[in-house]
Amino acid sequence: MDSETENITKTKSSIGRRKIALKIFRTNTAKSNKTYFDSYVIPIQPWTTVLDGLLYAKSYADSSIGIRYSCRMASCGSCGMKINGVPRLACYTKISDLEGFEVVCEPLPNFPIIRDLVTDFGQFFSHHKSVNPYLIKKHIDRGESAELSQSHCQSPEEVEKYLQFSYCIKCGLCYSACPTVATDVKFPGPQALSQLYRYYADSRDTGRDRLATVDNRHGIWRCHFAGSCSRVCPKGVDPALGIQLLRSYMLGISKNQPK
Amino acid sequence: MNRFTLKESMIMKIHYVTGLAAMLVVAIHILMRLISPYNLTLQYDHVILNYHNLLYAAVLESILVLISIHGFNGLRIILLELRQGMYWENGVIVATIVAMIAVVLYGTRTIIIASGLGL
Repeated sequence: MDSETENITKTKSSIGRRKIALKIFRTNTAKSNKTYFDSYVIPIQPWTTVLDGLLYAKSYADSSIGIRYSCRMASCGSCGMKINGVPRLACYTKISDLEGFEVVCEPLPNFPIIRDLVTDFGQFFSHHKSVNPYLIKKHIDRGESAELSQSHCQSPEEVEKYLQFSYCIKCGLCYSACPTVATDVKFPGPQALSQLYRYYADSRDTGRDRLATVDNRHGIWRCHFAGSCSRVCPKGVDPALGIQLLRSYMLGISKNQPK
Repeated sequence: MNRFTLKESMIMKIHYVTGLAAMLVVAIHILMRLISPYNLTLQYDHVILNYHNLLYAAVLESILVLISIHGFNGLRIILLELRQGMYWENGVIVATIVAMIAVVLYGTRTIIIASGLGL
């Protein structure tokens, strides 16, 4: 029996009510393309998250495990990974909510792997940047007039149009779940497209040319409406809805309110 | 190459319109079977007679054109998603347009000959 098999056997035999096996994808692309899984037995409580488990393994078993994390409260979007086959935030996934006695952690699909569970977000952020994710306002009232404080006011209805899309934390889960991104690297992905809608639907924005950035052969029209992006979003954003609403603007079915 | 291409939103509008219109004319084509005896539908003389009905020949021609545009654009989309790269993408676009034109021309030729207009 080799050491790896022995390790897994030991792991399985020690699995009890308050312990689970954490199986972690390992690789280091800087050294070689070899990939493998390491298993660790970790104690759990009802509130233990996958990130807690990973940090336990990193602290007490193998300090070389590569993880990216920061806030531990689903705000920063750093700890996205594939957990038991589904893209999730490790800090937002309780182990007790997962089925079975084994938790498998893999890097996010559709992202180049750097090391272990750490992926390269360069392409993802360049797609995000390409849609100009900020308010474009050509004529800003700088306060000389009495209406200054009113210049950016919005009604609740106007806010409602884009509010849910502004909750995006850029964790990349939707991007990793998208089947179009898997085959077409030039496709901006659900995150960038939903952010484009977020600013396009904002009554304060005057950037009417935004749509041209995604009106190309690898742009918004390549979305298959699989809906997996909306399913995996940890913040309740519905990128698939944003894409369909954006399409309706582009087809002339919906008209934006006067800006 | 960009100067030869339409905006993608315009192409997709054409795609959706041709798809919906094709459903309509194909429905007419299928429903025509209801008003002709079933055992005659594939008989040579009966088929040729159908082509001689110019209104029906126009329906067949529109099916040919609409499905060719819709189908070859769909094929273009699939192939563009399959692989990326300037040569591949431009090659796919040219190849699908040429194939679409070839199919429409060949089908139109058949319709014209069968309808007797070419004689």
